[in-house]
Amino acid sequence: MKLPDIDLYLIAPEIIITVFGFLVLLVDVFAPKGEKKGYLGVLSLLGVAIAFFYTLPLVGTGKTGFVEMFAADGFAIFFKITILIIAFLTLLISIGYAPREGIGFGEYYALILFATFGMMLMAAGTHLIIIFLGLETMSISIYVLAGMLRGDQKSVESAFKYFLLGAFATGFLLYGIAFLYGATGSLYLKNIASYIGSKNLLNHPMLLMSLAFLTIGFGFKIASVPFHMWTPDVYEGAPTSVTAFMATGVKAAGFSALLRVFFTALPAFQPDWTSIMWLIAVATMTFGNIIAISQNNIKRMLAYSSIAHAGYILVAFVAGNKLGTSGILFYLMAYAFMNLGAFTCVILLGKKGEENTLITDYAGLGFKYPLLAASMTVFLLSMAGIPPLGGFMAKFYVFSAAVEAKFYWLAVLGMINSAISVYYYLRVTVLMYFREPEREITGLSFSPAPTLALILALIGTFYLGIFPSNVLSFAQKSIAGLM
Amino acid sequence: MAENFGILFQWLIFLGMAFVSIVASLLVITRKNPIHSALFMVLTLLCVAVLYILLYSPFIAIIQVVVYAGAIVMLIVFIIMLLDLEVELRSKMKVVYSKIVGVFLALLFLFGLLYSVVAKPPTGEIGSLTPDRMANNVKTVGESLFTDYVFPFEISAILLTVAIIGAVILSKKRT
Amino acid sequence: MQVFYFLIETIIKCVVVFACLMLSVAYLTWLERKVLGHIQIRFGPNRCGPFGLLQPFSDGIKAFFKEDLIPGSADKPVFVLAPMIAIISAISMFAVIPFGNQFTLPGTDYVVKLRIADIDIGLLYVFGIASLGEFGIVLGGWASGNKYGLTGSLRAAAQMISYEVALGLSIVGVILLSQSLRLTEIVALQAGGFWHWNIIYQPAAFVFFIVCALAEINRTPFDMPEAESELACGFNIEYSSMKFALFFMAEYAHMITVASIAVTLFLGGWQAPLPFLEFIPGVFWFGAKVFILIFFFIWQRGTFPRLRYDQIMKFGWKVLFELTLINILITAFVMLLKG
Repeated sequence: MKLPDIDLYLIAPEIIITVFGFLVLLVDVFAPKGEKKGYLGVLSLLGVAIAFFYTLPLVGTGKTGFVEMFAADGFAIFFKITILIIAFLTLLISIGYAPREGIGFGEYYALILFATFGMMLMAAGTHLIIIFLGLETMSISIYVLAGMLRGDQKSVESAFKYFLLGAFATGFLLYGIAFLYGATGSLYLKNIASYIGSKNLLNHPMLLMSLAFLTIGFGFKIASVPFHMWTPDVYEGAPTSVTAFMATGVKAAGFSALLRVFFTALPAFQPDWTSIMWLIAVATMTFGNIIAISQNNIKRMLAYSSIAHAGYILVAFVAGNKLGTSGILFYLMAYAFMNLGAFTCVILLGKKGEENTLITDYAGLGFKYPLLAASMTVFLLSMAGIPPLGGFMAKFYVFSAAVEAKFYWLAVLGMINSAISVYYYLRVTVLMYFREPEREITGLSFSPAPTLALILALIGTFYLGIFPSNVLSFAQKSIAGLM
Repeated sequence: MAENFGILFQWLIFLGMAFVSIVASLLVITRKNPIHSALFMVLTLLCVAVLYILLYSPFIAIIQVVVYAGAIVMLIVFIIMLLDLEVELRSKMKVVYSKIVGVFLALLFLFGLLYSVVAKPPTGEIGSLTPDRMANNVKTVGESLFTDYVFPFEISAILLTVAIIGAVILSKKRT
Repeated sequence: MQVFYFLIETIIKCVVVFACLMLSVAYLTWLERKVLGHIQIRFGPNRCGPFGLLQPFSDGIKAFFKEDLIPGSADKPVFVLAPMIAIISAISMFAVIPFGNQFTLPGTDYVVKLRIADIDIGLLYVFGIASLGEFGIVLGGWASGNKYGLTGSLRAAAQMISYEVALGLSIVGVILLSQSLRLTEIVALQAGGFWHWNIIYQPAAFVFFIVCALAEINRTPFDMPEAESELACGFNIEYSSMKFALFFMAEYAHMITVASIAVTLFLGGWQAPLPFLEFIPGVFWFGAKVFILIFFFIWQRGTFPRLRYDQIMKFGWKVLFELTLINILITAFVMLLKG
């Protein structure tokens, strides 16, 4: 009986996030009752920040640990940085939002931290059990977070729907993992690939079956068509800060696991999944964009837009080349900034008992709150893919990867979809600047934390749009170990 | 002679358990009374536990009984008893569009599973845990949990904690 | 041929254990009534045979010939199934308990070991079967279609689930000490006098185990599911004749099993308390220890009042659960220090 080498520095970010999760819970329990507990959010922010500074020294080390189940390679680090940024911004928004809605207790922040922990594991696991456990930790936290507003029927519906469908999808994922194990006798991604290569198992039905199951399982988490049905209802019902976290964090983590599993364990099947993913990518883009047009609730619109964005990212996934993969990494980071920024605007426009999430509520906002409207415009334009914003560069990389891999039709369909999306993004902008307000929205409070989140998101969106090469070259270096 | 007898015995047990578990799981989804469904689920789980024993994994088998049959189904029964059963009993089984699609998909799924497992046998590498190493099953499982799999083990501890926190936060009275 | 010998041996052992268990159950009912009687300054049964010794048989005959009633609102199959589950689980738990040492069959070299099965997962098997046994009580109350029955079984379900946790945790200390779930091994490690018994090393765990076990078998002071005064007998209110008798027998069989497990885990099983007493066969010591524990169960029934339901739940989750965890922590820590 021998313990494996335990390198705690390797998992220091995860440990710190977990410790702060429990710390927040404990502080909440022992703190004097009845007073406002804003410091819980600050404490969680501190945890994320410390974890971030413990992640940075791992850049470029490429170490693995725990019997090679856990990797701190470039890929994992890039995603961890993205995820920690998402968690940081989400917590900043939450400090303004959660107490307003009466959910600002310790468990809320702790669950966000635990979900972050799960996401980081999904990015770093090179063993299917780690990836699965990470996914479950993340999912269970998010199920609960979505149902936090217990007095609100929509929130309860959201949690319940997400839980039932999520459990179903997890079942598929687990089935896929079991089949993979049955066919290859290993759960290590690298061993699976080498075993398939050495035994020439290319058309083995068990592996094809597992490929299908894995596609369903991950497809659910990243909300791709036809596994997207839950998205609008869940996004609409969940607390807005949680929606922002779901739309960015869960998507990023889902894509990290998808990339890692497909590119490391199943590269031999690339021709097979390329054709499936081509269809899924086109369906996802088109469906998301077309339905988004007819939405009148901003949260639902952003939900459909997030489906569409999953489609764009899948374009790069289909391309499957270096540019495409680094494009995905870049895209997810850019998407994190612009989407979190947009949700911050949504939150800032609401107040207690008045969410103001109808798109018509935005009419005339440009005159009353010019700065808020301007930043909302920036985020929406970035999502539409207008230069010089981050969203444009992200789409540019994604589509040029498709062109480089000779998927011309895919690129063309993607661009058409992009053009469609401009319509509904601009509709909000037009309402904000060229329409008289239908009713007065007064008494908005711009508390410092969400405002800071807004500023950070703006900086991120502009930075990725104007100086994309730094991040892109970092992303390109990061994927070295993956393929 | 004795060895043949043992193999015959194993086959008989396998066939019996497999048959009972299939029939019981069909009954789980066709019974209208949820308590009866839950009981047939216990039966299915018990049969599967016996199959685990045939695979030289008594530890997994007994954990299946303790956790699933004993604890989880007991909670399900508990919940069903607290709810109003009559509504569930009165609702007629309607043949609807979704049901037909469901049956079709389930059959497709079954066919896929059968095809992938039966058409070509599983090719996975044979693991290091041979039957004679599994004689000390608990020890083997315990050792691998605390050596090679110590990291997933710790993660699952956090996962369970998260689940408990979630359950409490969603159900407790808020002040 | 080894296989057939083994089969024959196992069948004989099963029959003997079953017969002994049933006889003990019968006389346990007599014992309980007698002891309770004396505690309450009465005589207890004393009409049927000398000292009322034939009382269990007359009770049995009465149960057999009584009319078997099934209420109209009952869920018939489940109603019939419930007592079966209860008695089967209570009896089959005995399969892994070693009740004596081995002996060589006179005239041959065939060694007979005094336990039915010696499996690697022995202790877990006991828990698995015990958790299935809970279905008997829970379903019995539900299937009667009676509000008292339902209340009784709801209480039973909640109480058993709660105390199962603490029960499982309370024996982890013993498992840590003996490094095995095999009951024969746990007994073998306690050989050589009472100072080697686990109760010396794990006194707190023994107390927790007994408390949880009482809750698990619904004995006073945890007999919530029955609670004559408020639930009019609780889960078995609608049962009559042999079905009622089965529940009754299951309860006493459970008591014997729990006492046997406690003896095996903490009191050295069939080992003699002092080394020079080892010439007396292990079966005797086993029986004697089980008897003492059962006497204790009866004694405390005559002494303690029933607890309030919310207090029971609070005690289980907020006191016992933590205490058992602390016990595990301390045990593990001490073992780590000792290497």
